Parts: sequence; structure tokens; C-alpha cells
Amino acid sequence: MRNFFILLKHELRMLLISPPTYIAAVLFLCLMGFLYWAILRGMVNTPEDTLPIVQFLSIFWIPVFFVVPLLTMRSIAGERSIGTLDTLMTTPTSRIAVVLSKFSGAYTFYMLLWLATLGFPWITATLFPSAAITGGLMEPAPIIGGFAFLAISGILFVPIGIFASSITRSQLVAGMLTFTTLFVVIIGGQQLGNISQSGGNLNGWIDGVVNYLQIFQHLDDFSRGIIDTRPFFYYTSTGALLLGLATLVIEAKA
Amino acid sequence: METIPSIRVENLTRQYGAITAIQNVSFTVNRGEIVGFLGPNGAGKSTTMRILSGIMSATSGSAWVGGISVAQNPHEVKRRIGYMPENNPLPDDMRVVEYLRFRARLKGVSGRKLRATVQDVMEVCDLARTARRKIIGTLSKGFRQRVGIADALLGNPEVIIMDEPTIGLDPHQIQGIRRLINNLRGRLTVVLSSHILPEIERSCDRVIIINRGRVVASGTSSSLREEFLPGNRFELEIEGSQDRAAELLKAKGITAEILEAREQDGNILSLSLRAEGNGELGPQLIAALSESPDCTLRSLAPRVPNLEEIFLAATKRSWEETIESPKPKQPTPAKSE
Repeated sequence: MRNFFILLKHELRMLLISPPTYIAAVLFLCLMGFLYWAILRGMVNTPEDTLPIVQFLSIFWIPVFFVVPLLTMRSIAGERSIGTLDTLMTTPTSRIAVVLSKFSGAYTFYMLLWLATLGFPWITATLFPSAAITGGLMEPAPIIGGFAFLAISGILFVPIGIFASSITRSQLVAGMLTFTTLFVVIIGGQQLGNISQSGGNLNGWIDGVVNYLQIFQHLDDFSRGIIDTRPFFYYTSTGALLLGLATLVIEAKA
Repeated sequence: METIPSIRVENLTRQYGAITAIQNVSFTVNRGEIVGFLGPNGAGKSTTMRILSGIMSATSGSAWVGGISVAQNPHEVKRRIGYMPENNPLPDDMRVVEYLRFRARLKGVSGRKLRATVQDVMEVCDLARTARRKIIGTLSKGFRQRVGIADALLGNPEVIIMDEPTIGLDPHQIQGIRRLINNLRGRLTVVLSSHILPEIERSCDRVIIINRGRVVASGTSSSLREEFLPGNRFELEIEGSQDRAAELLKAKGITAEILEAREQDGNILSLSLRAEGNGELGPQLIAALSESPDCTLRSLAPRVPNLEEIFLAATKRSWEETIESPKPKQPTPAKSE
């Protein structure tokens, strides 16, 4: 456990001193800022019944697709390709501590990026105080719900990247693998849901499974303040499974 | 009380699929010894070292470091070993002192001792004044190698394993590393592998030669000399013919075998001889070859075979042995038309 904190500290320090971190953060915030602005503009033209922050968080998948691969592809694949994974293995450090520190580092950074997007409604609210009241820019409930969803879904998304990074030596392959898996998990679940809705002839239990995988539905529930334990278990158990597999892979592929 | 050897390896075998990287490797290394690991590329040096350091598990066989089984208690073994892998991987974007502190913490050096420990190893490796705050990516190869060795020394291990510490260095740097290894003599058990044979010969107490996954020879370089290249060897230059020289030697009762004869310019012939005898052989040779007018001795020098020759002889012998053992037929060179 002691080594876990040493590694985590090292991991965060490396993130802080490396320029790609800042480039990724700037790109992410530019893109998200632009999207937020577009949402606000849309709201000015046609009134909608959802809050801007809810709309904003419903496009969470756009940044997830590129930020998660960028954050995680380097973690284990990079260390393996330059060989520092070997030197790490020669210290009395358990492999689970290595994987967990990689996960915690990437997860912390991922959440920090998301928390930074709270700056957008805050900036809008300080510049246009009247709009803040009528538009419900800083409504706490959907913000808390939405960020709870992001925090919990991150427990699945980041381990996908960590696992992909653990099975290969090439960062590119790891990044692409992460991207495709995230795509299947997020969009695939959605499509399955569409099929089950339009066909309507699925068996009872398959319907249940498909509903279980509806990531967009989870977001909807969370932003309305419905905190369900089922998605929570889905994300944490699958995330833990992937991290466990990553540990085994490191152990076997030393 | 009998002292426990630092490293004991018994019948270690490791297979990668159908390929056997090492087979029944056994050896022991005593406390405080500096042992060189020699072998051609792909002989299984790195595999053995990786198994010893606990990164990789063996297919069968056992290894102990300081009396602790590597397979049963890898955690404890890692505390006792400082390992520097092949090519010495280092993170390029850290400073030397930061990296060493990070490694020291990982190796369980407590917060209070951290600064002193890191300072100590940097002093030993000559990094303290020159490269303390440099970024590792900007260091020259020699300095990187020192950082790797400093890292291996952290945490007060009893055994240091270095995979090719002198690869890619210039002669000055090699000398520096050799001095460094000499400084460790007696304090620690050092196992190092190298291709550079004079290196090993100078810095190691004992040599283990490994070829095609087996230990083919082990001992001090003089004992290996006895085993693989017995007899005394001489290089001599004579003015005269080879047959006449052989005749003269025979007349004096010296049994000598001419290994090589090269005609040099003029009438001068240079010969390498192998002869059985004691230390008096030199004068006897001089006496035998100086009496006849048609064969004049121009120079004579005893030649001590270096590790390179021993290595070649040992690996060649094991090569021949493996060819005789159940192996598929030697591949015939393919002809492409």
C-alpha cells in the first residue's frame, strides 16, 4: 500500500511535468467550451425544456472517445516499450499497486478535466447574472447528478484504457483498442437498446441485460437525481475486472 | 556455521513455447564474489538473470538468493537484489536525483534515510557533483549507465545483477565502470554479463560461460585455461623451415605441437607452439633452437590464452556436443536459383 502512494505520487508528478498533459487539457477545454457555447446559442434561438448543463453532459461521449485513450495509452504500454516496467518489477512492489496507481493517476486527471468544465457555467453566470437565474445555469442538482455519473462511469472507461495499454507494447495500438472498445460500450449499448425497443420481441432476460448496458439512460437517471445502484455496480465491477485482468497480464507478460 | 551462498541455482529451465532458452542451469555464487556471465547472443544470460531477479518465473528448477527461494518469496528476494536490466531503461523526463529518490522510496528506504542513501550512491557512482540535477534524457550513455548502477545499489542489496553494464560505452567510460565495480568488491556479490571478454577477465573473480542455454564452463580464468586450452603456448619467430624446427625440438626431447605457421617476409617463419612441460620450457626451447646454424631463433614469447580464446573453445565444444545430441540434421544451405 505504501508503494501504491509512492507510485501514484510519481504518476501525478509525471503528468504534471509532461507537456502532452497540458496540450490534452487545452484541447479538451477548447472543444468543450465551444460545445457549451453552441448549446447556449441553440437555447437562445429555440427554448428547450432541458437545462444547458444537462445537454452539455449528454455529449460526454465526445471527449471520452479521445481523452480516455490519450490519457491511458501511455500508462503501461509506454513503460513496457521503454523497459521501465521491468525495472519497476524488480522492486518489491506488487503488480496490483502498479496497475492501481496507473488507474488512479489517469482517473484523477480525467476527473480534474471534467471539473474544469464547471468553469463554463460559472463564467457565463458571472458575465450574465440575469441569464443565470432564468436559465438555471448553476442549478446544483443536475450538476451533482451529472458529475456523479461522470465519476462512476469513469471507473469503467479509464480501466478500459488501462487494460488495453497493458496488453500491448505499442501506444498506438493501445489507443485504438481503447477507442474501439469505448465506442462499442457506449454506442453499442445504445444501439442494442434501439433494437430492443423497435423489435420489442426480445426475451425478458435479454431485455433486462440490454437495459443494464444503457449508458445514456444511466446519465439521464443521474441528472434527474435518480441514483440507481445497478449502474454503479455495472461500472465498478467491470472496471475492477478489467484492472484485475491488467494485473494478470502484467504478471504473465513480464 | 556454514555460510549460505549468495546465489544458488539448481537445474533451472525456462521454455518459451517450443524454444528452450535455458536448460538445467546450475551454479552457485558465494558472498562477495564478482562473477562474470559470458555467452554468445541468445545463450540465455538475460533469461537467467531475469529469473534470478524475480521478473520472470522459471519453467522448472529452483533458485535461491541469500538462502531465500525466488519462486516462493519473490518479494523478499527483490529486497535483496539490485538489478540493472539490459539496455538500462530509464525515464527520460526526470532528473537524476528525483529518479533515484523515487526508486529508493520504492525499494523501501525510509523517509529519514532517503537523502543520505541517494547521496551515498551518487557519490559511489560519481554522479553527485556532475549530474545531480540533470535531466536523464540529456545524459550521455556513460552517465545513464551510472544512473542505472546507482539505482541497482539503492536499498542496500546484498546481490547486484547487471546485464551488460558496459555495452556501447567508449574505453574511458568502460574504465570508469570497471573502477566502480572494483569499488564494490568485497562489499557485495556482483553478477554481470558482458560480451567484452577482457572486461570480464579484469573485473571478475570467476567466470560462468553459458551457451545454448547450458552452463558449459565455470571457474576462474586460469582454471578454465587449464580445462579448455591445456599446455603452454609460445609464439616464436625463426629463420629457417618449419620441418627443421620440429626436428630440432624432437632431438631435444620436447614434445611440441605446431598449431599455426605463418610465412613472413624473407625467410622468417612465425610459429605458435603448444608444448607440455613445466616453467623451464622457455629456456629449453631457446637452447634447442639456438644450436643449429640453419635455424635461428629470432624471438620467443610465452602466450597466455585470453578469455576470448577460452570462450571460443568452450562454446565451440558445447556446440559440437549439442550437434551430436538428438538434434535435427544440420540444415543444408538452401540454393536459390
